[in-house]
This record gives sequence, structure tokens and C-alpha cells, in this order.
Amino acid sequence: MDENLTFFFYDLVTYLLNGLTQGSIYALIALGYTMVYGIIKLINFAHGEFYMIGAFIGYFSITSGMPFLIALPLAMFGAGIIAVIVEKIVYRPIRHAGRIPALITALGTSLFFQYFGQQTIGADPKAFPQAIAVKTYQFGEIYISNIQLIIFGSTFLLMVFLWWLVGHTKIGKAMRATSFDKNAAELMGINTDRIISFTFFVGSAFAGAAGVLVGLYYNTVEPMMGLIPGLKAFVAAVLGGIGIIPGAVLGGLVLGVAENLVVGFWVSTYRDAIAFGILIIILLFKPAGLLGVNRKEKV
Amino acid sequence: MKVKKNFHLSILTILASLLLFTGCNSKKETGSSSSEEVTANSPTSGNEIVIGAVFPMTGPIATYGQESVNGIKLALKKYGIDKIKGKTIRLIVEDNKGEPTESANAVRKLITIDKVHVVVGSVASSNTLAGAPIAQKAGVPLMTPASTNEKVTQTGNFISRTCFTDNFQGVVMAKFAKESLGKSKAAIIVDNASDYSKGLSKVFKTEFEKMGGTIIDTEFTYTAKDTDFRSLLSKVKRTKPDVVFLPGYYTEAGLILKQAKQMGLNVPFLGGDGWDSPKLQELAGAEGVKGNYISSHFSPDDQDPAVQTFVKEYKENYGDQRPGAMAALGYDGMLVILDALKRSESLEYAAINNAIIGTKGFKGITGSITIDENRNARKSAVVLKTLPEGMAFEQKVNP
Repeated sequence: MDENLTFFFYDLVTYLLNGLTQGSIYALIALGYTMVYGIIKLINFAHGEFYMIGAFIGYFSITSGMPFLIALPLAMFGAGIIAVIVEKIVYRPIRHAGRIPALITALGTSLFFQYFGQQTIGADPKAFPQAIAVKTYQFGEIYISNIQLIIFGSTFLLMVFLWWLVGHTKIGKAMRATSFDKNAAELMGINTDRIISFTFFVGSAFAGAAGVLVGLYYNTVEPMMGLIPGLKAFVAAVLGGIGIIPGAVLGGLVLGVAENLVVGFWVSTYRDAIAFGILIIILLFKPAGLLGVNRKEKV
Repeated sequence: MKVKKNFHLSILTILASLLLFTGCNSKKETGSSSSEEVTANSPTSGNEIVIGAVFPMTGPIATYGQESVNGIKLALKKYGIDKIKGKTIRLIVEDNKGEPTESANAVRKLITIDKVHVVVGSVASSNTLAGAPIAQKAGVPLMTPASTNEKVTQTGNFISRTCFTDNFQGVVMAKFAKESLGKSKAAIIVDNASDYSKGLSKVFKTEFEKMGGTIIDTEFTYTAKDTDFRSLLSKVKRTKPDVVFLPGYYTEAGLILKQAKQMGLNVPFLGGDGWDSPKLQELAGAEGVKGNYISSHFSPDDQDPAVQTFVKEYKENYGDQRPGAMAALGYDGMLVILDALKRSESLEYAAINNAIIGTKGFKGITGSITIDENRNARKSAVVLKTLPEGMAFEQKVNP
């Protein structure tokens, strides 16, 4: 084979691998976005903050000597509980006030967590402890690290779990019912408040897991770390079709790969421009997202 | 039916404003601030001399601010107790979080509300560049102990510095790469959000090419706060450099070094004083940090007795930490200001400024400081080798 072509192939695979890793992270965060939107039609802009909180819980538990396999579920649980509390005291009282007040409140909540974190933990980036020694495997010119494999693996397992939870359990059925028609679900005896809390819990636990995985992958955590990935995950959720669970995964992976191809074959400065450009194009031409179906809303 | 469309529109608006908040604070500040009137007729007239310090006490380059302020406080503790011109000295520290917007606000506050006699700060050229026009317009002397970008002192005659500039630092590193390491093909990775990084890379490129080296023609860039550099680094690797120049700050440099090792990019990386922080070792890890070199202002290993006294006193005051370059620069900067206040004819802004820029042959621990006609200091630089346990002295380069 021509040497240039071999190199091109190696490069392409490398960029794809990096893109899939980053995309998995986006997908994990986007799942929470999409689930919350699916159930109460709220764009939870504070969602990136649960990712940050998860990362910090992971950081503190690993620095205090816990193994990774305990720190990860702990971070998921912690991020989930905080999300449930936020839902109870912040979103629930204004749930009937319409969408825009809820959206603005979510922005406020997001800023609250960012600056609260800066004040209490400090704004300087902390080095995430190397809980798992990095091993790099080499195939020709392609490098893949065990951390990347762990990210793929955890993301895949969590997604299978979610698929099972939503599609094959009673509580999943209740979630789908609440999402479909909240009033009717209530009339059928479903405690919709509890289902909404549960949705927040699961969505944010996923974000918390993403936070710990990112800490492990990039070795740095800081209070503002949720902002950009949160926005990117929002783009991913919209790209796939907001409210649609497989759409969030697809959107996350597409976005991650697209970004890394831009960095690899073009100029890295355009990475974020591409991500948000995708959002604008999707909203203009296919507002329901890649997997979404355009439905006329009744007045 | 219209609701849905409006909803999308509102999301876009909110996103756009969010991005404005986060992304665009790196450049515009100088422009917007200079259009405002900052009035400061005279410094506060109580029986105090007030010195305002603007430093990143939190944020991505927080260790620089903390070290600088430690150095400044140590200098004040040692030499600032006696009254100068019958007045006691008071220091006000403002946190700029490492952001240009906050720097401009802090300088404005110090000048209009606290009515300080002189402003010290900041580190990171983009931050100093945001605050400098405000001080210049108000006619208040601003002296930075650590910002090396050429443009900083070009803001005007009230802006000065007690460190060398990137013109010198870039030459030192280009020479070191070519002559001491014997490298001939360099890739440059630039932080697009930083005036410091862009300035330094330009000087390095010119010098390295002048000495017969080649600079790889591809543009390798990243933006401060990025965390994923793997694709960028595989692109760098493909061009087969034998040395990489990375004039950034330690937060990203640390991650880049670590990821470069994982990607099998095993060539030495060279940096500037932006790497000189103990956080670099933490973020890059032992493997990532090995075998790289930086230029800086000061080495705590320097056997000069004045340096060793400073290191000893610093450790006594700040819980056994070894002082980095920023601590030494902060210390020296404060000493220059105290000296200037003593020499100054009066406590008017212009008089203080004239005394600062008239500094000649001041013996500091980062070398002998002489402020030239462009209000920059001429002094020596050191090249340090980055090791897992800290920075080790490699060589000293005189201007």
C-alpha cells in the first residue's frame, strides 16, 4: 500500500477512537438531558453541573483512599441525590409556571453550582488521582489506552442498563407513561412526582459517571468543567432528537467523532465552532433531530 | 403552534449569551475599557501609601497569583514596615481569577475606589493587557512583575515591568534547542487564547529559522481550558518533529505532556516561564514531565547567597514550600516599588512612575534589574530541566 494512504488510515482510526471516547462522554451526559426533557419538557441547563459534582465526589473519594470501583458508584449516587434535591426545591415549585421560567431557573442553578464550587473548593484545576494505571496498547501506529477501553465499556454497560430499565421494568413503563401524558398517568395511579424524581436521579447519576470517567481520562477536575461539556451534550441531545434516548447516544457519538476529525484534518480552533454550528443547522433544517419525527402540535 | 419555534429561538439566544460570557472574554476588554472615563485625580491622601495588587488567586493559573502575592508579602514584611515619607504601607490584593475581564474590573476598582498610589500586576500577559489601558488613561503607574509579552509596556508610559520580555525568552529557547540540544526540526503548539503564547511562538520561529532550523509549517493550536489533545498530538507526531515548542501555561501544558507520552510522541518539549509551577508535575505525571526544558526567571537551586536567604525565608513563612519563579518575581517587584517610593520626589502618580522607570542596577534575587527606555527590564534568564521532583537548574543565559 502507498505510504501516505497507510498513514491516512492510521490517522483516521486514531481520530475515530479519540472521537468515540469523547463521544461516549457526551452521550452519557446527553442521556440525562434527554430523559429530563422527555419527561417534563425542561432543558436542564444545570445538568453539566451534576457531571462536575460527580467528578468531584470521585476525586474526593479516590484521594481519601477508596478504590475506583467504589468511587464510581458513589459518585453516581451522590450526583443523583443532589439532582433529586435540586428538582424538589428548585424545579418542582415552578413546574406549572411554563417552560421559559424553568429554563431561566435552570441557568441560575447552573451558575450557583459553578460559583459555589469555586468558592468552596477553589477554582484551580485539581489533578485527578491515577486510580488505574494507564496502559497503552499499540497496533501499528494506532494507540489505545486501557482508560479508553474502560470508558467504552462503562458507557456500553450503562446504556444497556438504561435500555432494560426504560423498556423492561415497571418503573420504566411508568416513566414512559408519564412522558406520554402526565395527567393520564396520574389518573392511572402513577405517582408522577416520584417518577420525575427518579428520572432526575438516573439522568444525573449517568452524568456523575461521566464526570469520574473524564477525571480518569484527562486527570483534571475543576468547578467550571461542566459548562462546555454540558453545552456540547445539549447539542448532542438536540442532534439526536431531544427526548429520544437512542438519539442522545447517536448524537453524542456523532459530535465526538466530528470534533476530532475537525481537529485532526483541519484546525483545532474550529472545534467548538463546528459543534455549535451543527446545533444551528439541525435547529434550522431538522428541528426534531436525526431520529425525531416532525409532529404538528395541536393548539 | 408558534410556541415551538419561539422556544427554539430562545434556546439559541440563551446559548449565544452563555458563549459570550465564557468564550469572548479574552480579547475585547481592552477596547471597551478604553472608551470609558476612568477618573483618578490623585491618590488617597490619608497617612497611608496604598499599593494595589491584581493577581489570579483562583482559576487556571492560581498558583502564579498565590506565589506572586506570597513574594510580595514577604518583601513587605521584611522591608515595608518602616514608614516611607511619614506614611505606612498598605497592600490591597484583588483576585482576577486569571481572566482579562476580571483584571480590567480589578484595576478600575483599585484606581477609582481605593485610590491606590501604584498598581502591581498581573501575571499572564492577556490579563495585564486588559488592565493596563485603564491605568494608563488614569495616569496611575502600573508595574507588572511577571508579564512578558512585548505589547504590555507598549500600552503607554505609565506601564512598566521588572521581568524580561518574550523577545529575550524566545531567543533563549531557540538557541537552547538548536545549540544545546542539537535539534533542527521543531513543531510549535500555540494557545490561541493567549497573547503570551502567540508572542513567544513568533519570536521562537524567527530565531530558530535564523539559526538554520526548520519550523513545521502546519498550524497546531489549542484554546485555554481544552482537555483533549490526543488528535492534535497525533497530527503533530505525523509531521515528525525532533523537538516541540509549547509556549503555554502549566494547566494545559501538563495535560499535553501526559497525553503526548501516551501517544508515543517521545521528543523533548520546550516551554517558557508559563510552565514554571509545581502543578505541572502533578498534572503531567512523572513519565510525562521527564526530559523537557523551560526558560524561566529564577531557580531556587541558584547558589547565590541572596537567593538562598530568600529561599530559606520563604520556606519559613509559607510552610516549607520551595519558591517558584513567580514568588521571586513578586518579591523583586515589590522591592523595586519600595525603592522607587523612597527615591520619588513626591507621592504624586507621575513622580512615583518616574522613580519606577528610573530604576538602574537594582540588585534583586532574579538578577540585576535595570529598566530601559521601553520600560522593560534587562536581566538574565535560566534554563531549567523539568523532573518529576521539580525543576532543576540547567544553565544561565545573560542578555
